[in-house]
Order: sequence, then C-alpha cells, then structure tokens
Amino acid sequence: MEIVLSAAIGILAASGVWLLLRPRTFQVIVGLCLLSYAVNLFIFAMGRLMVGVPPIMPRGGFIDPTAYADPLPQALVLTAIVIGFAATALFLVVLIAARGLTGNDHVDGKEPEA
Amino acid sequence: MIEENLLLILVALPFAAALATSTMSPRAHDAAAWVSGLFLAAGGVVLALLHGPIGAGQVVRGQIGWVPAPGLDLSFRMDGFVWLFVSLIFGIGILVLIYARYYLSKTDPVPRFYAFLMAFTGAMVGMVLSGNILMLVVFWELTSILSFLLIGYWHQGQAAREGARMALIVTGAGGLCLLLAMVLLGQIVGSHDLDRVLAAGDLVRAHPLYPLVLGLFLLGCFTKSAQMPFHFWLPGAMAAPTPVSAFLHSATMVKAGVFLLVRFSPVLGQTDLWFHLVTGTGMATLVLGAFFAIFRHDLKGLLAYSTISHLGLITALAGIGSTGAILAAIFHILNHAVFKASLFMAAGIIDHETGTRDMRRLGGLRHAMPVTASLAIVASAAMAGVPLLNGFLSKEMFFAAAADWNNGSWLDNALPYLAVLAGAFSVAYSLRFIATVFFGPVATDLPRAPHEPPALMRRPVEALVLICLVVGILPGLTLGPVLHLAAVSVLGPDLPYTDIALWHGLTLPLAMSGVALVAGLLLYAVFGRQIARGPEGPPLLHRLRAQKLFERGMFRLTWTLPRLGLRLFGTERLQPQLRLIVLLALAAAAVPLWGVLAPAAHPLSVPLNPAFAAMWGAGAACALGAAALAKYHRFAAVILLGGAGAVTCLTFAWLSAPDLAVTQLLVEIVTTVLLLLGLRWLPKRREEIAADRLLPARLRRARDFVIAGTVGLGLAAVAYVMMTSPLIPNVGDWFLRNAYHEGGGTNVVNVILVDFRAFDTFGEITVLAIVGITVFALLRRFRPAPESTTRSEEEAGLRDPTLAHALLVPSVIMRWMFPVLIVLAATLFFRGHDLPGGGFSAGVTVSIAILLQYLGHDLRWVEARLTVLPIRWMGVGLLIAGGTGLGAFVFGHPFLTAHARYVDLPLIGQVPAATALIFDAGVFALVLGVTVLMLIALAHQSLRIARLRERDRLAQKEREAA
Repeated sequence: MEIVLSAAIGILAASGVWLLLRPRTFQVIVGLCLLSYAVNLFIFAMGRLMVGVPPIMPRGGFIDPTAYADPLPQALVLTAIVIGFAATALFLVVLIAARGLTGNDHVDGKEPEA
Repeated sequence: MIEENLLLILVALPFAAALATSTMSPRAHDAAAWVSGLFLAAGGVVLALLHGPIGAGQVVRGQIGWVPAPGLDLSFRMDGFVWLFVSLIFGIGILVLIYARYYLSKTDPVPRFYAFLMAFTGAMVGMVLSGNILMLVVFWELTSILSFLLIGYWHQGQAAREGARMALIVTGAGGLCLLLAMVLLGQIVGSHDLDRVLAAGDLVRAHPLYPLVLGLFLLGCFTKSAQMPFHFWLPGAMAAPTPVSAFLHSATMVKAGVFLLVRFSPVLGQTDLWFHLVTGTGMATLVLGAFFAIFRHDLKGLLAYSTISHLGLITALAGIGSTGAILAAIFHILNHAVFKASLFMAAGIIDHETGTRDMRRLGGLRHAMPVTASLAIVASAAMAGVPLLNGFLSKEMFFAAAADWNNGSWLDNALPYLAVLAGAFSVAYSLRFIATVFFGPVATDLPRAPHEPPALMRRPVEALVLICLVVGILPGLTLGPVLHLAAVSVLGPDLPYTDIALWHGLTLPLAMSGVALVAGLLLYAVFGRQIARGPEGPPLLHRLRAQKLFERGMFRLTWTLPRLGLRLFGTERLQPQLRLIVLLALAAAAVPLWGVLAPAAHPLSVPLNPAFAAMWGAGAACALGAAALAKYHRFAAVILLGGAGAVTCLTFAWLSAPDLAVTQLLVEIVTTVLLLLGLRWLPKRREEIAADRLLPARLRRARDFVIAGTVGLGLAAVAYVMMTSPLIPNVGDWFLRNAYHEGGGTNVVNVILVDFRAFDTFGEITVLAIVGITVFALLRRFRPAPESTTRSEEEAGLRDPTLAHALLVPSVIMRWMFPVLIVLAATLFFRGHDLPGGGFSAGVTVSIAILLQYLGHDLRWVEARLTVLPIRWMGVGLLIAGGTGLGAFVFGHPFLTAHARYVDLPLIGQVPAATALIFDAGVFALVLGVTVLMLIALAHQSLRIARLRERDRLAQKEREAA
C-alpha cells in the first residue's frame, strides 16, 4: 500500500508542478488543484496508513491510542482542503478578471513577443 | 507603597495629557494648552512629593508586570540623578507650553501639536525612569518617533519633511544599535534589571564582548546626542517649530544620549577605550561644533551648532569620568538646558516679530525690542561662559577637569588646549549673535516691522534668564544639594560633598577662562566682517556637507541600488517567478534531506490490496491526462481533474479518514462547478500556436519536465520513507485520550477542529470570509473580453425548442433533491461531534442544494423563489463563532473555551449539546454564505452579459432608425 500511495503522491505532484510552470492561467489553476491533492495526501500519510480503524471512539473511558487512526494529520488536512478550496476559487476569479482586463489568458498578462 | 504609585502616576500623566489633547477641536488653542499645562503641573506636584524620600538618599521603585516570561516588566526607578532630570523635563516643558501658546498661529492644528509634545514628554520621562534596560530602549525609540512627528509638524514644507526623515533615520539606526548593546549587556549580566546592570561594572569590563557592547552603546548615544560625525541631523531638525527646538533639540531629547553616558559610566567607563572613544568624540564635537557655529547666518542654525558643541562638552566630561567631571557633566546638562532653551525662545520671538532668521538682514533690534534684547544678551553671555552666570560655573568645572591629569595619553595632554580653543570659539559665536542682531545699524528691509512680543510669550524667557542669574551668583545655595544627590546616585554613596562656588581664588581654570574670553573677542573683532560676507558654513569645508553626503547616500541606497538590482535580477513575469519559487522550494527541501533520508530498518507495511493499486492506476492516468490536456482541451482536463479528486477521496475513505472523505467529496463537487462556470470566459484555443513547435519551446518544456519530475520523485521518496518508519508517540495520542472527557465528542477530528484548536478554525473561517468578499468585489467590476460577449453556437442552439426542453426531467429531479439535501446537511451537522460530518460539510451540502437549483432552472426562476443573502450568512456566521468564543469570558475562561454535555430530548434520546456545536453553527453559516456567494457571483456574469447584449442591440436599432 505504501509504495502505491507514495507513487501516487509523486505523480500527482509532478503533474501539478508541470502545469504550474505552464504559461496559460487555466493550466496553472488545474496544476494547483493537482498539487493540493498531492500535498493533502502527503500530510495525511504522515499519520501512517491504517485500514479500518477510524478516529471515532466509543463513548466514555480511556482508550488505547494505537488502536485508532492519528487524528492530528486528519484535522490538519481538513483545514487544508478548506483553504485550498478558497484559494482555488480566488484564483479562478482573478483569472477571469485578468482575462477581461488584458484580453488574453497568459499568466504574464501579455502574449510573449515572438 | 505611596511612592511607588506616585512614580507610576508620574509616567502616566503626560500620556494622559496626550490622550486628552488629541481629542480636542483643532481650534481649541487655549484649552489644549491649559490641559497640557495642568497635567504637567500635577507632575510637578508629584515630583515635589517625591523629593522627600529622594532627598533622604532613597531609591524609589515601582513595577507593573508586563511580559513576565522574558523578564520584561514595566519597572521604574528614581534616584537623585533621575529626579533632577525629570524635574528639568517637566520644568522646561511647562515653559515651552506657555511659549507655544503664543508662538503657534491660529491656523495650525494645535491638538496634534500638544498631543505629540505631551506624548514626547511621557516617552522622555519613561526613558529616564526605566528600571529595565530593554524598556529603556522602547521609550528611547518612542522619543525618536515622536521627534520625527514633531519636526515634521509643518509637513507642508519640504525642509520639515526632509529634516524629520533624516532625524528619524539617524536616531532610529542608533536606537537599533543601543538595543543590541542592551541585549548583549543583559546576556553578560544575566538580568535586564538596571540596578543589577549598574552593579556589574567589573563583570562587564572583563567580558570579551566588552568592546562590541561599548561600540554599539556609544553609537546609540552619539546619534541621539548629535555627536560628530552624526551631528548633521540636528541642524536639519531646526525646521521644527521653535518650541520643539527649544524643548527637544536643546533641553531634553538630545540630552538623552549624554544622560545614558553619565548613567552607564560606572558600568562601561573607567577604561582607556572608553576614555579615548568618548572624550575624543566629545572634544572633536566641542571644537568643530563651536567653529562651525561661527559661520552660520541662520539664527537657529547657529544655536543648533552651538548645541552640538555643548553636547560634545558634556560627552567629553562623561568620557573623563572623574568625580569632578561627572558632577560638571550633570551641572552642565542643567545649565545648558536653561540658557539654550531661553535662547531658542528668543530666536523664535525674533523670527516671529521680524519674519526672518537671517543674521545678515537683522540689526539694531535693541531699539525695537529692548526687553527681549537684554534677555537674549544675558542668555548668550551664559552660553559664552561669562562670570556671574551659570554657564561660567560649569565651564570652569570643565576646564578644571580637562586640566587634571587623567591617564597621560596624548589626548589627555591636549585636553586643556582644545578646551580653551573651543571656549574662544563659543565666545566668538555668542558675540556674533548679539552684535549682529541687536546692535549695529537698524535693519530697514525686514518683512515685518519689529516690536516686543506679547508679555506672556516673554515670560518663559524671563524665568529661564532669571535662573541663569540666580544659579550663576548663588550656586551653592540653589543647586548645590540637588547636584550632590544626583552625583551620589551615579558615583556611589561615599562621594565627598563638593562645594560649587563662584570664587575659588586665582586658579588655572580661571586663567583659561580669561584667555578664552579675550581670544574670542579678538577673533570676532578681526574676522567679524569677513564672516558676514562669507558663505553659510566654514571656509573650504562648507562645500563638504555631511547632510548632503547623507542624502546622497540614502538616495543611492533606497532608489538607485534597488532599481539596479531589479533590472539585473528581477522580472515582472509570473512564469519565471513561479519557476524560481518551485526551484527554491526544491532546494530548501533537498539541502537538509540530502544524505539523511534513508529507509527505515524495519519498515511498516500494510498488505497491498490490488484494488487499491488499480484505483490509483486510474488516478495517475487522470492526473497525467489533466496535465497533458489542460492547454487545448480544458473541458476534458476538468473532468480528469475530478477523476483524480475522486480517487483521492476514495483513498481517504479507505485509509480510515471518513471525515476527510466526506469533505473532499463535497469540495470536489463545488470546485468542479466553479471551474465549469469559469470556462466560459476563457478565449478559444483551437489552433495550435506556431511557436510551440519551435526548438526554444521544446527546450523550455524539457526543462520544466525535469523540474516537475524531480519534485515528484523527491516527494514520493520522502513520503515512502516517512510512511514506513515507525510512528513516534505524539500529540495525537493526547487528543485521542482527552477528546471525550474534555471535548465531549467521539469524533476526535471534529473535536480538534471545533474545541481543542477552535482558534485555528476561527482564523480559517475568517480567511474564507475574506476570500468570499474579495471574489464578490472583483466580479462586481468585471468587464468580460469582447469576444466572450458574442453568442456561441451552443447557446444559439438552445433556441431550438426541443433542446430547451432537454433539461426538463433533470430539473424536476433537482427540484426534488432540495429537501433531501437539506435533511442530509442537518444530519451531517448534528452528528458532527460524534460521527463524520460537521459544520463545514453541512454548509457545503446546503450550498450544493442551492447550486442544483441554479443548474436546473433559469436564474430568474430560482431567484423569484429562493432568496439567499450570502453576505448576511457570512456576517452572522462570523458573529456566532466569535460570540461563542467571547461567551467563555463570561464564565471566566479564556477565549473559545468550550463546554460539553449530553442532553436528553424526548423521543430522540441523548443528544450531544456542546457549546462547540454553536461554534460549529457559525462555521456552517459562514461556509454556506461564502460558497453560495462565489457561485452566484460567477453565475450572474451570464445575466450581465445578456443585459450588455440587449443594450447593444437597442443602440444598433436606434442607429438604424436614425
């Protein structure tokens, strides 16, 4: 499982970074989304992989922490998903506004002189 | 105890006055002056009360806890020396207030002036009283900032702005040096308490860092006290209103540097290094300052250089450091403040009544203003050191200290000669001041006809000149005991009482005074006329102005160099910037990890499920496909992106993170819809760009491919190593153990978010709200590109009635989904504390329900039936979340402390009812508001386009009709 997930993180991150370096705004926004998947999975995996042990406890009493999934990376990633969504939305609107203002969709605001 | 409170009151009084005056009407000249004056007078009463214990040799202390952890308390201490200095500040302060009342014109915004002046007084008093060396630096910086504001009071004038900026840069930089010195000193001594630092002289002097500490400390003092070569800001500061010059730049603020020199001379002094640095700088400033003063044509310029020179004298005394020298230094601090403040006020009166400060234009003023003339003559005689005046006494003591044997170095041997030379110069400039302004032919071409000022404007000058006379004639009776107290508190309790007397017999200092007087007279008699005709500044040297050099340097530093740097290294293009950021991040990760990253000895391993591998095979294909297609096939890229997101979501579910799976799924839906809404506004890209196939483009892509591949490989490697190494017990265990007992919930992730780390969540939803409002604001002013406004073929196709009804069945289904989704959201919300769900997912669910209605129906149809006010939802959400946090204060807990319990509801059973639930309701409302706001704002753009199109059509029709 670990090897599959780390490969998946690598592929997501590589695709994301590749798109981040492209010249068109739409490519960059898709790249940011892919990169945020990779980073979220990476942070999440820091709690180690657990199958079938959710971080939800029975009521009352002390419990053995090793029998449950690490809740901290999950809480961090939950926050990260929300903020990532906000960033994507903001970037999308900036993209649209820049497109309206400059008349093109190049990230520099002007087509490269050829 | 009473004394302790008195001390705190003393510091608070000027600040209270500043607050009170700052709220007054701009025209309330009298009220502002009265209020400030009364506050200062109250300070005077407090000082009189404190004289009892201080006179008995006590040190009074007061303390308020501030930041206890690093030992930073608001602690104040007062001994004899401090008492004297604070009295000086308050005394001159009151006189300056009276003077300013008549000096400022009716149109000046006075509350600002008085508020700054009072705040400055407070900062100065706080600096002098500080019992903690770090706090001393805080007040020290505060005086620099307020001095900046006061110099720039008439900010309409360029000279005022430049002078203010220069003063701030020089003294502010010095303040930074002083801060470093104090931090180092605190490290060496092990405490920031002033008493302990003052007692640790031997320890400090023996420390290897002593030269560094001394250098930094002196930089701070010298910049503040305008010592060469940092003197140039003081003449520039003369652009300030004259009351400010009289108060800050002669009597108090510039004395802060010498105050600190005298205060710390027992700690840092008594070494050869100290003697050479401090006495050397002081003597150079004394001689050169006096020399330059002779050549100034501007009245205030002459006084400014004279101040520089006198500050040099005090610095030199502090450097000599013998008991007599310290006593003389303290005495001269007082004397100089008294005669220089009166001279500045006199110069201000002359400027006020004649309209000019140029000595070449002034003349014969003793006829028009005889009283002012006699006052100024007495004060300048004190400045020149004429017997029977206070300046004479401290100058004699200086001559005596200079003539004494100290350490036999060349500097020590040269001291008496330099002292006499400077004395002669000061006689010459004092003489020039009197002779050109008050004597000689009566000036005829003055801007205003001169006459005596209002009596009250003259009173402060009269009071100060009276002090000059009384102290000069009866020094032992008036200031003797107080001076002794001050010297004792600096030098230690076993100091013998020094009698300050006018007549000590025919001594060497008296002879030196005589020589200086005669030489000064001769100097002026011979060169007087030439000086008046010459340029402003000393011969030859007047072209080399420190001020100009400083300005040129600052220009280079803040304009030329950055521009050059930008041209060489900068780019305004985002693409290279992003590349740099990615490369920097790569390097930042690679440098610490290189060679350290090694697989764990006993790797953890969860057995591989082939289905998981297959799922990620599809996920990776989606990601790569999105990367490849994002340029020419945007729609396909969005779908593939959704595929990768779905696989991520499934992974969360598979690996025991149900909360993440729910959230990711909901966010995925909203993000996809947002992207789809955005697609409409992008330009067409069907034809391939020709340059894309050329070699440079290929090379560029190859380079980016390598970067992306490296990032991916590196991240995969780090992830693998981390995932397989054993987990170290961490704070997550604490959360698991305490979530139920402390947070009252069994879903630990949710308890962390709304209870343990609720403050983070509060910050996060605030960010969300800001993003929502920004999106809204950006789209309000949005103007689409022209080609986006034309009707596309797809849209035209919808005109076909058969196609228009294509969405009929889905729209009915979507309509019926609305209540279902609302119930789902409610379930997610209420079970959030115990099971996967929570305010965030509930909020997104409701917004999806609303979004479906927009998708399935005409926009106008929806808005006729469903009123959503997203901004209100956001505001209410933030208020609820913040209010819940504040509610904890009512019960005496810190911000956002949650309370949890289970409540029995009939029919439903036990229901968790934590205050965290209310907080979660706030999160819900806000998320709902933000998401809907963004979606609606984007969707409304189409409506706006339709309106634009309609308007164009009407215009077209009108044109055709015409």
